[in-house]
Amino acid sequence: MSGSYYVPATSKWPVLGSLALGTMMIGTGMVLVHGRGTIIMLLGLAGVVTVMALWFRDVVVESRSGLYDAQMDRSFRWGMGWFIFSEVMFFAAFFGALFYVRMFAIPWLGGEGTKGPTALLWPEFTAHWPLLSPPDTSISGPQQVFSPWHLPLVNTLILISSSITLTVAHEALKEGNRKICRNWLAGTVLLGLCFIVIQGVEYYEAYAHYGITLEAGIYGATFFILTGFHGVHVIVGTLILIVMLVRIMRRHFSPEEHFGFEASCWYWHFVDVVWVGLFLFVYVF
Amino acid sequence: MAPKVPPQPTLEQSSNAAEAGHGHAHEAPPKGLMRWLLTTNHKEIGSLYLIFSLVMFFIGGIFALVVRLELFQPGLQFVNPEFFNQMTTMHGLIMVFAAVMPAFTGLANWMIPLQIGAPDMALPRLNNFSFWLLPVSFGLLLSTLFMPGGGPNFGWTFYAPLSTTFAPPSTTFFILALHIAGISSILGAINIVATILNMRAPGMRMMDMPLFVWTWLITGFLLIAVMPVLAGVITMMLMDINFGTSFFNAAGGGDPVLFQHLFWFFGHPEVYIMILPAFGIVSAIIPAFARKRLFGYASMVYATAAIALLSFMVWGHHMFVVGMPLVGQLFFMYATMLIAVPTGVKVFNWIATLFHGSISFEPPMLFALAFVVLFTIGGFSGLMLAIAPADFQYHDTYFVVAHFHYVLVPGAIFAIMAGVYFWLPKWTGHYPHERLSQWHFWLSVIGVNLTFFPMHFSGLAGMPRRIPDYALQFADFNMVSSIGAFMFGFSQLLFVAVVIICVRGGKKAPAAAWGDYADDLEWSVPSPAPLHTFETPPNYQRPAH
Repeated sequence: MSGSYYVPATSKWPVLGSLALGTMMIGTGMVLVHGRGTIIMLLGLAGVVTVMALWFRDVVVESRSGLYDAQMDRSFRWGMGWFIFSEVMFFAAFFGALFYVRMFAIPWLGGEGTKGPTALLWPEFTAHWPLLSPPDTSISGPQQVFSPWHLPLVNTLILISSSITLTVAHEALKEGNRKICRNWLAGTVLLGLCFIVIQGVEYYEAYAHYGITLEAGIYGATFFILTGFHGVHVIVGTLILIVMLVRIMRRHFSPEEHFGFEASCWYWHFVDVVWVGLFLFVYVF
Repeated sequence: MAPKVPPQPTLEQSSNAAEAGHGHAHEAPPKGLMRWLLTTNHKEIGSLYLIFSLVMFFIGGIFALVVRLELFQPGLQFVNPEFFNQMTTMHGLIMVFAAVMPAFTGLANWMIPLQIGAPDMALPRLNNFSFWLLPVSFGLLLSTLFMPGGGPNFGWTFYAPLSTTFAPPSTTFFILALHIAGISSILGAINIVATILNMRAPGMRMMDMPLFVWTWLITGFLLIAVMPVLAGVITMMLMDINFGTSFFNAAGGGDPVLFQHLFWFFGHPEVYIMILPAFGIVSAIIPAFARKRLFGYASMVYATAAIALLSFMVWGHHMFVVGMPLVGQLFFMYATMLIAVPTGVKVFNWIATLFHGSISFEPPMLFALAFVVLFTIGGFSGLMLAIAPADFQYHDTYFVVAHFHYVLVPGAIFAIMAGVYFWLPKWTGHYPHERLSQWHFWLSVIGVNLTFFPMHFSGLAGMPRRIPDYALQFADFNMVSSIGAFMFGFSQLLFVAVVIICVRGGKKAPAAAWGDYADDLEWSVPSPAPLHTFETPPNYQRPAH
C-alpha cells in the first residue's frame, strides 16, 4: 500500500465548474430580479452539467486504468456517506419547518397556549391542518388536499419496489451475473421514471383542480418544498442509475469493484427513505 | 506563504516515490496563474485559502472601520443610515463566511495531511473546487453593494421579514452567493473528514492525532450537519421573495420566528465551527512553548465532542426575547450553561499545561496566551447572556457585540494568527521577524481591548447595536472603541509585512522549528515543507510520555 495513493496532477474541471456554477447563479438571480438573463442561466447550467460529466469521466477512466487502490475506495465511501448525511440534514430543515408550523405556529395563531397575543392578529382564525383557510383572507388556501391512498400510495409502492429491484440488481452484480443485474437495473430506472411521471400528474392536479399552489399559504409552501426537492432528487437519482446502466452494459464493473454502482444504490435508498417520511407526514398524518 | 518549489528530495520519501510508479511521477506543474487555478496540491490550496481569507479580512475590516468612524461621535457624520446598515451586515457576513472560516480551512489544508502523515487530501480535485467556489461566491456577494437598492442591510443574521418582505432587490443575489459558499463549505468539510478518517499514517490511532486534527474532525462534522440547514433556510427565503410562499409570513400560516429557529439551529453550531479549530491550534502551541506535554489530552478530545453535541441544543438562547414558552426558555438556559463545563475543562487544561512549565514568549505563544485570557472573558460574558432573565436586558445591546467579538477576534482570529506564526517556519523555511511580530502582537492586543472592552459598559448602559446614532451618554465609550478599532485595524498591516518578509527571507528554520515539545509529524519534514510530502506513509512512532 505504500506510495500507491493516487493524487491527480492537475485538473481544469474544478475551476471551470466553479465558473459555470457562478454563471448559473448570476443568471438565475438576473431572471428572478430583473426578468431577463435566461440564456446566461441556461449556459451556466449547461456548463455545470458538462463539467460534471467530464469530471466523472476522468474518474471512471482513472478507476478503470487501475490507478485507485483500496484506500482510495475508502475515501470515496467516506465521501459519499458524508455527502448523503448532508442531504439528510437538508431535508431535516424542511421537515423541521413542517413540524414547527404544525405543532407550534398554527396552534399559537389559533390562540392556544401562552402565546396568547399572537391570536389577536387574526381573531377569527381557528387552527387546523391541513390549513385550508390561512389566517389572512388575502391568501387563499387549497380547496382540498390529496387523499394519501391514491397517487401517493401508488408512488410509495413504486419507490419501495424500486429499492428492492435495485438490491436484486446489486446482488446479481456481486455474483457476477451481469445480464441479470442489467435487467433489474433497467427495471429500477423504469420505476423511477414512473414515479416522476406520476409526481408530474399530481402537480398538474394540484394546480388545476385542488388549489394547492406555492401561493396557497403554508400548506402549499411546505407541500411543494418537500415534494419538490424530493422530486429533484429522484430525477438526479434516475439519471445516475441510467449512467450505471450504460456502465453495466460496457462491462465497467466487476463483482468485487463497483463502488460507483454501490454509491448510486446508497443514494437511491436515501431518496426512498425520504419519500417514506414524506408519505407519512405530508400525505397521511 | 507560497511553498518553495521544486521539492528537495527528502529522507525516506524520495527513494520510494521513484519506485511508486503508477504513472503519477510528477509532471512539471503548470507555471504562473494556471498553476494556482489547476492545482490539486493541499499546500498550494491551503495557501490560496489563507491569502483569500487575508484579503477578505481586510475588506471586512474596512467595513468595520466605516462603522466605527460613524460611531466616533454621536450624530450622523459620514454615512447615511441605509449605508451604515449595509456596512454592519457585510462586515459580519464577510468576516464569518469569507475570513474566519476559509482561514481555518486553509490551515486544515496545509497542516492536516502533514500532521497525520498523508500524501495529500483524500479528494484533491474536490479540494480545489471547494476553494475556487469562494472567490465566485464572495465576488457576487460584494457586487450586491453596487446594485440598485444597495446590498444586504438586515444584519448578518438576515432575520425575516427584514430579509424577505422588506429586503432590497439584491437579496436574491445574496442568497445565491451564500448557496455557493455553502456548497464550498460542505465539500471542503467532507474532504477533511474523509482525509482524517482514511489517510492517517499506519499506526496512528484516533487518540494519537494532534488536537488540531481532532478539533477539525469535529468541526467538519458540524459543518456537514448544519450548512445544509442554512441552505434550506435561505431557499425558503428565496421562495418567499420570488414565488409567493408563506414560510415566514404569518398571514399565510407561516411564522417569522420559524426563520430564527432554523437560522440559529445552523448559527449556533456555526459559532463553534469558528472556535473549535482555534482550540486545536492553541493546544499545539501552549505545550511547545511551556516545554511540557499537553495536560489532559483525552479530556480535551471528549470536551470538544461534548461542546459540539451541546451546540445542537442551545440555539434558543439567541431568541429569549422573541417569545418562547417558559419551558423552552428554561431548557435553553440550562443547556447553554452546561457548555461552560467542557469549555472550562479546556481552559483549566491549558493552565495546567503552563503550570511549572519552562515558558518562553515567542510570537505564537504570545497570541496563544492572549487567546486563553481574552477568550475566557468572552466565555464569561456568554454565561451572563445565557441567563434568560438577564438576557432580556442585554439582548441587542453592545454587550452582545462585546461578547461575540471577544470570542471571535482575540478568540478565533488570534488563534489563526498564532497558528500562522507557529507554522510559518514550516511553510517558508524562515522564522517570522521577532521584533515586528511583537509590535504586531502588542498593538493588536491593546487595540482589541480598547475596542471591545468599553462595549460591555455601553451595552450594559443600554446602547442598542446596529444603530448609527446614539445618546450623548455613550459618547466617551464609543470614542475609545473607535480609536481602538483603528489602532487594531492598521496594526494588521504589520501582520502582512511579517508574512511577506518571512516568505522572502529571515532566520533559517530547521525541520523541528520550535524544539522538542512541538513534535507532531509536520515537524519531521524539512522546512520549508517540500511540495510533496509523505508520498510513502511514514511509520508513526508514538511519542514516549
